[in-house]
Amino acid sequence: MTGSIATRLLTAALVVVGSSMLVFVIMYVLPGDPVLQMLDGNASSPEAIEQMRKQLGLDQPFYVQFLQYFLHLLQGDFGVSRVDNSPVLPKILEHAPATLALTLVSATISVVVGTVLGVLSAIHRNGFIDMLARFVGLYGISMPTFWTGILLLLLFSIQLGLFPIAGSNGWKSLVLPGVTLGLVGAGLIVRMVRNTMLEVIGEPFIITLRAKGLAERAVMYRHALRNALIPALTVIGVMIGELLSGTVVVETVFARQGIGRILADAIMSKDLPVVQGVVFFTAIVYVLVNLLVDLSYSFIDPRIRRAH
Amino acid sequence: MKETTIVKPLRTTVFWRRHRFHRPGADQLFLYAAGLVVCFLILCAIAPQWIAPYSPTALDPANLLKPPSASHLFGTDYFGRDVFTLVIYGSRDSLLIGLASVVVGGLAGAALGTLAGYVGGWVDQVLMRLIDVLMTIPGILLALAIAASLGPSTMNVVLAIAAGTIPRYARVMRSQILTVKNRTYVLASRSIGSTGTRIFFKHVLPNSLAPFLVMATIGVGTSILTGSGLSFLGLGVIKEIPDWGTVLSQGRGYLTVAWWVCTFPGLAIASFVLSVNIIGDRIRDVLDPR
Repeated sequence: MTGSIATRLLTAALVVVGSSMLVFVIMYVLPGDPVLQMLDGNASSPEAIEQMRKQLGLDQPFYVQFLQYFLHLLQGDFGVSRVDNSPVLPKILEHAPATLALTLVSATISVVVGTVLGVLSAIHRNGFIDMLARFVGLYGISMPTFWTGILLLLLFSIQLGLFPIAGSNGWKSLVLPGVTLGLVGAGLIVRMVRNTMLEVIGEPFIITLRAKGLAERAVMYRHALRNALIPALTVIGVMIGELLSGTVVVETVFARQGIGRILADAIMSKDLPVVQGVVFFTAIVYVLVNLLVDLSYSFIDPRIRRAH
Repeated sequence: MKETTIVKPLRTTVFWRRHRFHRPGADQLFLYAAGLVVCFLILCAIAPQWIAPYSPTALDPANLLKPPSASHLFGTDYFGRDVFTLVIYGSRDSLLIGLASVVVGGLAGAALGTLAGYVGGWVDQVLMRLIDVLMTIPGILLALAIAASLGPSTMNVVLAIAAGTIPRYARVMRSQILTVKNRTYVLASRSIGSTGTRIFFKHVLPNSLAPFLVMATIGVGTSILTGSGLSFLGLGVIKEIPDWGTVLSQGRGYLTVAWWVCTFPGLAIASFVLSVNIIGDRIRDVLDPR
């Protein structure tokens, strides 16, 4: 058990190193001279450009630049914004709570709505709940988040005035963005839970349980549900990725001050160190969540626990 | 001697008979509706001038931000352009970006996944670790980073979206190849002396394609969502004729006074993606009966 946890941790660490490298390579390989972008067309003498390039270490060969970048990362130094010269990491950490709160709220909505609807729809197949669940499932994966967000804004903020139009202060500002993103996750989870539940219900052990006279409720909620939750857990890992990337759009729609917003702004102003920093930061969060999901399998499923 | 021919039903006939319209349930109706929506929007993309009542570039200063009416079905935007016309013309770029990025990402992903699954060994190890790394960066973030560095052009947006979709296609293709290459018919073919290439193209590849095709169908919808998201954030292609995401994003500034500019392009995106997903689900049910 400890051995397998150690292996998982090591793999996760390697993946994080790999993604830092990938982010760096993308930014390095893609065209566009950062110095010229920083000067933004302002006429400068070639000497001044050369000077700036040296100052930023951009005259060094690729591997030197990467090593420097990586060593700085290890020390928690994500570099300096090219727009306002402020260090990137504090900027990310300052805005992370707003994004994490949003991700948490929407993940909770997704998991609760997704599992409850998914389970009920599989049990009452072809009933009203099933129709509702399939609608939520399709809606979640089909609707653009910015559109759902705008419609919610129109209805609840502009027409009814129930929630603030913009900002990230107080719980009220979390409701609409949370629902907007939560619907995406709920869609993913409903589809997964419904399918696995239907599959599990068709398995022989369910017939055995029914044959020995167990109450239908116990068959469903004690036995079928537990077996259906494992694949659902995997979706949560994938969903976190969707939610994190969804925050970029949702934070723009609702004008929230989160890291998604920083990323959108940084991209507009070609502030590559900030882009690198945010993408790398989300990659770490993603890897960590998936590591937790991986580890929680063995706590939920005794078969996996015994296999180790 | 008289020549005898056995007339066999075409596979398609059997297929249609098996999945014949028995009882037009809600599922069936949704499927037909989805088919209609997709066909209509494809027609819009091919020949927008047949459907749109105005020119997409015609500015009408006398009619700024007018609500929907008989002459302007979806109202007009801040420049006095007819929103209905913009939605019809916007389908071209939106659909093009969606389809092209599925083709690019799907081909790249399928090729990598097939290589990893069929060759195995260290090739598999290296490729799959690369895919793992690529997966840690959520799709739209990768697309954002790439689109930001490459700058806006249709080709770049397609590449940016495609890059983020490679992992999922690669993984689906690899797992399918891994199961199929150990089937008994592959062994049988090998034992009668077929070459590796022949086995691959004749047996392994055709039998591995179904899950990939389902994923690619649904992928068209997802790519359109990502593409319109990029446009919404202002990273799309800036053209004279905007795509759906751009129209929507331009209308966002007038949300309090003109709800229609945002609502209708969004409705177009939503109904297209929804239809593609309904069709994709149906294809999955037919190809993969569980």
